[in-house]
Order: sequence, then structure tokens, then C-alpha cells
Amino acid sequence: MKMRGKALMSNSLRIAWKDLMELFRNRLGLVMLVLMPIFMMAMVGFIFPSNNSLNHVPVALANQDAGFGGSTVGSQVFLTVLNGINDQTGMLDISNVTNLDALKESVQRGDVQGGIVIPSNFTQCILSGQQGTLIIMTDNSNPQVSAAMQGALTAVFQQMGTMLAQQNVIALNPAINATSALAIVQPYNVEVEGVVSGHSSYFDFIAPGIMAMTVMMSVMTGLPAAISQEKEVGTLDGMMVAPINRLSIIVGKTLAQTARGLLQGVLILILASVLFGISIQGSILLVFGLLLLGVFSFVGLGVVLTSFAKDQETAMMVMMTLMFPMMFLSGVFFPVQQMPWYMQSISKVLPLTYAADALRKVMVLGAGIPQITTELAVLITFGLVMIAIAVPVFKRAMTR
Amino acid sequence: MVHNEGVALNNESIIVVQNLTKAFGDFVAVDNVTFDMKKGEIFGLLGPNGAGKSTTIRMLSTLTRPTKGTATIGGFDVVKQDNEVRKLIGIVSEKMIMYNRLTARENLWFFGNLFGMQKEELNRRIDELLELVQLTKWGKAQVGTFSSGMKQKMNIIRALLNMPQVLFLDEPTLGLDPQSTVEIREFIRKLNQEQNTTILITTHMMVEADLLCDRIGIIDHGKIVALDTSTNLKNAISGANTTIFTLEIANLTPDLLATLRALKCVETVSQENSSHIKIHAHGDDAFDSIIDAVRAKNGNVVSMQNIQPTLEDVFLHITGREVRDTADQKIPLAEHRHGFGGVSRGRRR
Repeated sequence: MKMRGKALMSNSLRIAWKDLMELFRNRLGLVMLVLMPIFMMAMVGFIFPSNNSLNHVPVALANQDAGFGGSTVGSQVFLTVLNGINDQTGMLDISNVTNLDALKESVQRGDVQGGIVIPSNFTQCILSGQQGTLIIMTDNSNPQVSAAMQGALTAVFQQMGTMLAQQNVIALNPAINATSALAIVQPYNVEVEGVVSGHSSYFDFIAPGIMAMTVMMSVMTGLPAAISQEKEVGTLDGMMVAPINRLSIIVGKTLAQTARGLLQGVLILILASVLFGISIQGSILLVFGLLLLGVFSFVGLGVVLTSFAKDQETAMMVMMTLMFPMMFLSGVFFPVQQMPWYMQSISKVLPLTYAADALRKVMVLGAGIPQITTELAVLITFGLVMIAIAVPVFKRAMTR
Repeated sequence: MVHNEGVALNNESIIVVQNLTKAFGDFVAVDNVTFDMKKGEIFGLLGPNGAGKSTTIRMLSTLTRPTKGTATIGGFDVVKQDNEVRKLIGIVSEKMIMYNRLTARENLWFFGNLFGMQKEELNRRIDELLELVQLTKWGKAQVGTFSSGMKQKMNIIRALLNMPQVLFLDEPTLGLDPQSTVEIREFIRKLNQEQNTTILITTHMMVEADLLCDRIGIIDHGKIVALDTSTNLKNAISGANTTIFTLEIANLTPDLLATLRALKCVETVSQENSSHIKIHAHGDDAFDSIIDAVRAKNGNVVSMQNIQPTLEDVFLHITGREVRDTADQKIPLAEHRHGFGGVSRGRRR
């Protein structure tokens, strides 16, 4: 028994060595191995808009202020402050248009992505003790940018309003100092602070997910692809006709794919910290431990797919079909919480969800093993159940 | 005969095949095949592509499981004692079992290791085998850079790493240039003579079977339809009172061919080129009947010869078809070639 175990391991290692030799001799494949994670990170990191990534959004400004008693002080003050803030943040590229129609046309042509309208009674309202209303025109065809812009502009206007009110309070009662005036105008102040100090970006959110995905996918897709390729070329027969345990073929291939996956995972980690400035809060050993556990949980699934895939083409098609829902439903790119309930329940049965979650907790929040026991339990259980299914299925497929 | 142990017995059957059957869905690829092979014998399975040759070899080499029937090699059952069988055999399948990105030595090293060979022994064996096929100086070159003749030599020495008692060769000269073909055939014969290796070879080439094999099994539609030495197979035709003529007719027409086929004494007529035909006929008056029929249609007979039968004629005589009729289309075997994965119910595409 012990002898057989030893033979199984040494044959597995030989097959893994052979697979890795082939991999490293394949120059183009190696380049792709490095490029894939870079593209992945760059793509998902930059294509999804977020508030802090909104820069130089072209916006049209229609100043229709008619003034009050020959003065347009209301709109002048507003514009001065707006320009002052914008100079600091560089958020908007403001162009002036004459009227509302011109503004709409600019949006329709796509020259600008929204507009700010100062109505004709703006100064009049402010000077006569009423609220001055500003209108933000949004581009309905691009809801995501519109929402981001709307949020940003509203925040800017609120800030301007607070400043104005603060001055007004001081004007009413010069005895009050600026701090107290602010407290009167805005009694509550909100400060946002993460569990871990320092600010976090979208990269912090996606990097752990992409790592988990790359490593696990490499086993789930790499294993059937590698075996069906050898099947098609004919080299598999060479191993099948040797007096070795069939399992060592699958174990060896899994080892090779795991090594490949981990290599990519490390690359992603290095890229993410060098290019996108993320850092690992928790233990790096735990990160690798989780990646390995992720591999373990996917091996069974990979083997089942291998047993059923007749040729490479079929294998790839099955892979693709499974891969895409898993990519998007596991909360790698989008938070699971924003999905409808039925999608969330699918997400809950995907092991990648737990691997990505656990990895994120460790990498971003600095969690230790006690904080991720649920995820660990799910991954271990899923892995064991899948392997329990995979071994008999595989053995049957082998002795067909 | 029941063997319980893998003792190699001289002059005893090393391979015993009984009612071996393989069905893919409702398609029977190998149909109740029974034969046995003596130690040191070269046995040829001859038949058109798709006749079941490869499937038979795959079952014997433990790569595919038989649907029915049994086979033992050196007394070991190919299903129940597959790993014992694997230690005794080497297989050269139609597909190249070599990794293109590994060097010749690395490839041999990898496969030798899987047979549990020790370092020194394996190194010595690799040197020896490379020398044997004159590829020593290519040992450190990647196999992907080799010509197909070199690759096939590698493919064969790979199968010899474990010094197999039985070697399976599935169409070993398919697609090779004439020179490589001759080299490979000589190598096979040498192996048989010097190492007393028992060899099962499949081929659709009559000449190859005739040149190499001690005995030949003619296989068609999954069944072995004749099994004997080449000489006996040919004699069987004469014994069956069949005579073979080649005719050269200057003005050969389809109409004339049809007339000849309709003759009572004629078994088969096959056209070799625009003026030559070959006729299998029986009866003492066959010669006269044929000449009369051709003259009646105003055929211009340039020459007529009575020839000795070849294996080609044997096949034609037994199956009524020419091997060439079917041999040109290579049927892909992807559906069932592998005993690995796939719930295959499909038949050959």
C-alpha cells in the first residue's frame, strides 16, 4: 500500500515535470501566460467607472441668469467657486453654451456628457432670500456616467451651499466664529473610514477575485484541455500503456496545472502591487494557502469534466459555458450584493464566490483563519464532495 | 487453455484471443475474433481501413476494453491483469507517441521512467536504442524538428524501452517515404530474429504483410475471414480451382466489362488501368469462355496471361472486393480510439 502510494506520487511528479517542460519550451504560450493576467487586471481595472475615476468629463454650462437690479452676483459667486473647486479636482471640462437648446444639442451630438443650467431667476431668488435652484442635465443614454456625474456635482453644489450659508451666519452675527457657524449650518459631519486604514480602490476589490479565479480556472479548464489535447495527439496512449496507476496521470496533470495557476497568481499579485498599488494586509502564507485550497476544491470538477470531454473542442466549449457564469456571478468583478436574489442564490453555490471572498478578506481586511472559517468549510466540503464524485467517474471513463 | 501465471513458454501460445468483440453502440467494430500467436511469431492482421485492425490491437494492448470475449498475453488477462500485460508489451500506434517539445532523450527518459526503469539501466537502454536506429547524434534535439521517418523510428524505439516480449505495430509504415519504409521493415525483422520478439502488425499493404509475416489473418468488417501462412492462403485459391488471368484489351469498354462479369465461370473482374483487367475465374474452360466473350464483342485482345495469385488476389477471392476500393479513405477513429473519457456511443464518423 505504501509502495503503491510512493509509486503513484513519483509517477505523478514525472508527468507534472513533463507537462511543465512542455509549457516552458512553448515560448508563445509562456508570453501569453504573463500577458493574460496583465490584460485582465488592466481591463477590469480601467473599464468600470467609479466616482474617483471620473476625470475631465465634458460638461456644457448654460448661464441664463437675468440678474436682479442690474447685478448677477448670485451666478458670479457660484461660477467663481465652481471654477475654484474644478481647478483643484480637474473633474469637469466646462464649455459655455448660450441656451438650453444648444446644451441639449451638444449632448445629442455627444460633445458633452451633461450640462449645468443656471436659470434666469437665479440671482433674483438668492438676493430676495429664496433658494437658488440649479439644474443638472444628464445624458440618458449613458446612465452610469450620468449617475457618477450627478453624484459628484450634487456633492460640489452642497459644499458650495454650506460655504455660502456659513458666511451668511457670520454676516448675521459677527460674534460667531467660523467653526461654530459650520456647526450651525451642518450639525452632522460624516467621516468615512475603512476597517483597515488607508484608502482602497477598485483594484483592491478585484485583485483577490482575479487571483482566485485565475488559479482555480487553470485547474478547471487546464486539466480537461491538457488531457483532451494529449488524447487527440495520441500521446496519452503512451502513458496509458505504461504499468502505472491511472490516477497518477490525473494527479500529475493537476500538479502541473496548479503550478501554472500559482505562477499566474503570483504574477497578478506582483502586478497589482507594482502597477496598481495594492498591498496585502493579512498573511501572505494564508493567501497561498487559500489559493491552494481553491485549486483543491476545483480539482474534482476538473476531473469530472475531463472524463466527459471527448475531444478538445468539446472540452473547450463546456469550459466556456461554465466559466462565464462563474466569472460574473462569483463576485469577482461585481459585488454579489447588488445582484437580484435569484442570482445571489446561484452565486452562493459557486465555490469561486467563497474563495474570492476569503481571499479578499485576508488581502484587503487583514483577516486571519478565525474570520474565514465559513469560507474554508465550504471550500473543503465542495472539494471533498467533487473528488468523491470524480474518482469513480474517472475510473469508469478510463476502463471503458 | 488456461494460464494462470505469466511464464513465457516456448512454442506455446503467447497470445490467446477468444471471441473478442468490441461494439460501439450498435456498430460492431470487432466481431468474435479468435486466434492465437506463438512466441517469436510475426503475425499480420491484413485488411482495409475500418476493418477492425486498430481496435483489435487497442484491446490487446489494454487501451480499450472488449465488449465480449477474452484475450490473454503471456497468460495474463488483458482486462483483469492489465498492468501485468502492460509490462510485457510495447505498442506503436498510428499516432506518434512523442512530445514534440521534448528532446529525443527526454521523451525516452520520460516513458522509460513510467516503466519503473532504474537510472543506469534506462540510460544504457536509451543509448542502445538510439544507436540501433542511428539517431544518437539527434538525442538532444527536440522531436518536433524530426522528419516523419525519424519520428517513426523514435516511436518504435519508445515501444522497445521495456524490452517487450510482444510488440504491437499499428500500420508502422503508413505515410513514410519508400526508403524509411524499407528501413523500418528491416528493423522489424531484425528485432524478431535477434530478440525473438513476438510481433503483431496491422497493415493494409499486401506487400508488407507478404514480406514480413509468418502468418496472416485477413480481417474484414470486424471478422477474421482467413488465417494462414501467405503461401497457404495463395494455394487455397488454386485449390479452389480458381485461375487468375490478366488481359490487355486495346478497346476496353464498360459494356465489355459487364459482359465478362456476367459470364458463369467468372468470379470477379477488376480493372487495373484503361486497357488491363484482372479476372478471377474457375473451371477448366474458363480461358476459352473469356476469349470467346471478348471476341463476340469485337474486343481486341493484345495479351492474356495466367498469373500466380498474390495476397491481393486472396483478399479479392475471399471478400469479393479489392482492398484498394476502401483503403484510400482513412476513417477517423477519434470517437473510440481512446479508452479514456467520453461516454461514447458514437459510431465511426
